[in-house]
Amino acid sequence: MNIALLFNSLPGAVAQGLIWGIMAIGVYITYKILDVADLTVDGTMCTGGAVSIMMILSGHNIWVSLLAAFAAGMLAGLATGLFHTFMGIPAILAGILSQLALYSINLKIIGKSNQAINVNKYDLLVSLRYIKDVPFYKNSIFVGVLFIIAIIVILYWFFGTELGCSLRATGCNPNMSRAQGINTNFNVVLGLMLSNGIVSLSSALYSQYQGFTDVNMGRGAIVIGLAAVIIGKVLFEKIFRNFALRLLSVALGAVIYYVVLQIVIWIGFDTDLLKLLSSLVVAVFLAFPYWKKRYLDKPLKYKAANKEGSENA
Amino acid sequence: MLEIKNIYKTFNAGTINEKRALNGLSLTLEEGEFVTVIGGNGAGKSTLMNALAGTWFVDEGSIIIDGINVTKMPEFKRAKFLGRVFQDPTMGTAPTMGIDENLALASRRGKSRGLRIGITKAERESYKKLLATLELGLEDRLTAKVGLLSGGQRQAVTLLMASLQKPKILLLDEHTAALDPKTAAKVLETTNKIISKDNLTTLMITHNMKDAIANGNRLIMMNNGTIVLDIKGEEKKNLTVETLLKKFEEVSKESFDNDSALLSL
Repeated sequence: MNIALLFNSLPGAVAQGLIWGIMAIGVYITYKILDVADLTVDGTMCTGGAVSIMMILSGHNIWVSLLAAFAAGMLAGLATGLFHTFMGIPAILAGILSQLALYSINLKIIGKSNQAINVNKYDLLVSLRYIKDVPFYKNSIFVGVLFIIAIIVILYWFFGTELGCSLRATGCNPNMSRAQGINTNFNVVLGLMLSNGIVSLSSALYSQYQGFTDVNMGRGAIVIGLAAVIIGKVLFEKIFRNFALRLLSVALGAVIYYVVLQIVIWIGFDTDLLKLLSSLVVAVFLAFPYWKKRYLDKPLKYKAANKEGSENA
Repeated sequence: MLEIKNIYKTFNAGTINEKRALNGLSLTLEEGEFVTVIGGNGAGKSTLMNALAGTWFVDEGSIIIDGINVTKMPEFKRAKFLGRVFQDPTMGTAPTMGIDENLALASRRGKSRGLRIGITKAERESYKKLLATLELGLEDRLTAKVGLLSGGQRQAVTLLMASLQKPKILLLDEHTAALDPKTAAKVLETTNKIISKDNLTTLMITHNMKDAIANGNRLIMMNNGTIVLDIKGEEKKNLTVETLLKKFEEVSKESFDNDSALLSL
């Protein structure tokens, strides 16, 4: 095992992690704030790239293509939101329906199963090639960090507004929210749109980074997103209490996920089994709060409790 | 202020679990009336509250609040007119948000929520003063997450939230039932303070007959989805638990055999 090889590959893993960190922030909005596990993202994680790459190839400005990708993601979120609120379909199923529908839509956008884009011909924002031997402002890690900071600043502002606060309340206690005059259905749809817009933006950047868009690139995206959210929570929960820092911890979670993945590959792990590994690791982390409650929390001390009880009586 | 005309509600219609919870109930409240609602389990008390709140729509009849027909108005829109405190202390607040944030949410009830800042500095100051009136020391824990508060503290905060935007009607659904007696008394005291301060029109469900008699200026008793007893004025002031039980027997022509109603004397 050549350690230099690992160090050589790490900057790429960090850049990749940062781009997926944007995606994970999108997942955080639904999973943590709205309390909905939204599987639409497996579809949107391709839609953004498809829209962006096809637009760049047809001569549109790269920033316009990012905006269009964001809008396309919001539309996907709107579909899931309407499945859920207007048609009363459980959130998970609504997401699965959108995800499947998006597969066809993505195929139609790309026109075939994948489409490459040549970084030498087009002025892309991020790329595998922009990791070494480029001025720092062109470096994909730098660009990724800028995107993450911008998104965190915007979200921090948004979730502090009246509308943003009502969205947080909706995820936290829908009954109370309605009693306080909050249109919870509207907020769920809005949250899904915002989340999928961000995921789609991440997809657009990721397609540029890897130099192609592929109709299967979103498969299992939700698992990576959840992994990032959970890693961020486990590692930084104690130190990052502020909302902006929480979002940052999610992005860092994605970076750590990709760095660890790189190390696992470097060790010589069969890459065919990587998704199995990811899935199992996320399953264990998701189980952790349950196990902790069931097996690790100290049982009530009955002697002390009885004493207290008799004092109260 | 409130006019309920002949409302009906049946749950699980057409199934073996069919239950007519509201059976042609009518009730008119004048401004400033504080009505306590009693009745056995399944009498339809909470159903009445939910009908008013708009948790679902009634099958028949109409509900008019301050001249506005709200019968088909969705819950979140109707909230503009209503302040609500629930039986379960966890129901009325957002646990992962701060006390200040919860109050700020409540202060925007009935207003459009846009991209203005969710809570201003001036608001925080005013909430601090407001919380001080509860005498629970919450004014020093302004940004603490509501999930960290005790049941009694949460109900007190929920009461503040319900009255922050003066509601047309305050709905209290057994809001002291889940609390220990001492805390329940304290929350009830706060309730009375808030109601008399703003002269709020109030409907308060309680399982405790003594509370029903001691509080408010009107008392109604429900049975089988209708109002079987309606006492106000001097008569209400002179009411005792014994006369109340007797009256109930007279009106309903059946013995008041509901154990839980008796046990909660």
